[in-house]
Amino acid sequence: MRIAELVTAIIIALSSIYLMWKSGEGPSWDPTAVRFANIGINVDNSGPGSGFWPFWLAAAMLVAAIAVMVNWHLRATPESRSEEVYLDSYGKRMLLTVCGGLIAFLILIRFIGFYGAIPLFLFYYIYFLGRHSLLAAIAISAAVPVFCFFFFDVAMRIVLPKGYLDPLFIPLYDIFL
Amino acid sequence: MDVITLLIDGIFTALQPLNLGLALLGVVIGLFVGAMPGLGSVNGVAILLPFTFVIQQITGSVSSPMIFLAAIYYGAMYGGAISSITLGIPGASTAVATTFDGRPLALQGKADRALVIAALASFVGGTVSTILFTGAAPLLASVALKFGNPEIFALMLLAFATFVGLGGDDIPKTIISICLGLILSAVGFDIISGAPRLLLFDSTAWFSRGIQFLVLAIGVYGIGEMLWTINSTRYKTEMTEARITLGRMRAALAGASEAWKGTLIGSLLGFFVGILPAAGATPGSLMAYGVAKMVSKDPSKFGHGEPDGVAAPESANNSASTGAMLPMMTLGIPGSPTTAVLLAGMVIWGLTPGPRLFTDQPDFVWPLIGSFYISNLIAVVMNLAFIPLFLRVLRMPFTILAPLIFVLSVVGVFAAYQNIYDVWLMLFFGIGAFFLRILNYPLAPAVLAIVLGPIAEPTLRQSLILSDGSWMIFLNRPIAGPITIVAIVLILLPLVGLIRRRLLRR
Repeated sequence: MRIAELVTAIIIALSSIYLMWKSGEGPSWDPTAVRFANIGINVDNSGPGSGFWPFWLAAAMLVAAIAVMVNWHLRATPESRSEEVYLDSYGKRMLLTVCGGLIAFLILIRFIGFYGAIPLFLFYYIYFLGRHSLLAAIAISAAVPVFCFFFFDVAMRIVLPKGYLDPLFIPLYDIFL
Repeated sequence: MDVITLLIDGIFTALQPLNLGLALLGVVIGLFVGAMPGLGSVNGVAILLPFTFVIQQITGSVSSPMIFLAAIYYGAMYGGAISSITLGIPGASTAVATTFDGRPLALQGKADRALVIAALASFVGGTVSTILFTGAAPLLASVALKFGNPEIFALMLLAFATFVGLGGDDIPKTIISICLGLILSAVGFDIISGAPRLLLFDSTAWFSRGIQFLVLAIGVYGIGEMLWTINSTRYKTEMTEARITLGRMRAALAGASEAWKGTLIGSLLGFFVGILPAAGATPGSLMAYGVAKMVSKDPSKFGHGEPDGVAAPESANNSASTGAMLPMMTLGIPGSPTTAVLLAGMVIWGLTPGPRLFTDQPDFVWPLIGSFYISNLIAVVMNLAFIPLFLRVLRMPFTILAPLIFVLSVVGVFAAYQNIYDVWLMLFFGIGAFFLRILNYPLAPAVLAIVLGPIAEPTLRQSLILSDGSWMIFLNRPIAGPITIVAIVLILLPLVGLIRRRLLRR
């Protein structure tokens, strides 16, 4: 956990520097704009420029990240003293299986739409990760998309994307929409 | 019209079948999310916010979706006690203090008594604070009408200062969280000059519309917190059997008055802590527990199943949740992460939060206040009547609940903005939040900040235009000045403590 604490602080510090750099960018339509011209308070009475707010906040974030590193060096916080592992083997496997599932879920939406991806994700999680009975997994995986269809597509008229499965829904549209 | 007439009107509106049904549904959902470990009021409200559009569409009223969400908020405050007592793990952070004495009572076989005291104390806390709210809100709103940009910015500063000074989390990490939320809220276009800014990695497709509040809130509370709960509980919880029969319930109800002192302390203290911007129900309940222990004749009983030790935090968390609504409704500044979500909801439903709400939108304000009274009543009745049912529901395996919440989060974010980039961004924030959460970075400040950012930045910049760039404008105005000074003191407070400790060590 000690190493993770430092690495995270470094990542935050680097992000702050990137954000400060990015805040100083002038609008793209004005190639003459000088970087960092927009972070101060303008003297012509138009007040602070567009980069003022994010620039100084990112600067504050950088200072705070450095403070975290100082605390790390002094071993002043519980996390900077902790010898525990940041993510044990269970945590790693959990992250891999759950987040992997979520990422696959979002990718699948692109191809087979929400109503194809939701049951697959639920079945994967409940049957393989949760080790529940096949019956429970199938029942929940089937019920949720049906509920979603009536709630979103029918009641709220928010048509969720269906990807390549769209033709299958045309008869349903005819009945309900 | 005077307050009483408006209130009675409001209560009648809240009693209309549709609103009553929404309050009932909200309370049940709230009891459930409150009771499930890993889910709290803020998770429930954030994940279900996208679904309130349909309520608004059906009813055509802006108060109905709010009544629904407020009922979830209340229900969760009641529900948190159920798992604190029977599982020994708080159902929500607001119920942490309830475990201190509620768990020992349960282990002594008195779970029924603890549950009844918790429910009744919650009811008293909720009702006392609602009465205080009804009296204070119109007054505060009329004062707040005179607020200009410098005053509003000073209040924002106070909200963040409260996090730094009283949040109790690591201070540099709290500051990082606040800054991150504020910067994320600035992505997209600068509303004053119209210039695009912070198009991260020069991607217009992803960032030109800005980062929506719900993307961060659901990422943090729907994905990040869930991953964290799975990682820390490993899907396993141990439950104490609570034997609940009608006879035992009646006996417990009769004996509940012994906890009157804790209830009173919690009800009053909770409300005032709740009002503080950004403090909310968690510190409120912890403080109430501490004070109840301090004034008790026999403090050594606390921690070993003292009824006052259950009553004080439970009445306080309900009271504080109403108190937190006060700055949200009158000043447009949320008093807790959950009210930050409610505030964002109000903006999405087309309302302008702030003092003008009371004069411009009485049809929104008074039915909502009326619903506070009714939701509390529903919550205590439902809670007492269905304790055995909730105990059964608590056995619902997390391996079924978690995927359902993931699906709700994904679908909810998509339905709200109809953009798949936002869903990816939500997942990214969620995984990031998980990594930060392990290292004890507080994430509530970031969620609050992304709501307050779009108010804080323009008020700051317009104030500085008004003052020709002089920062003194925040100090030399009669209302903004004292608020700014309190905020600065709160920020410096931990620093003073640090220096004092250093000096003492020498």
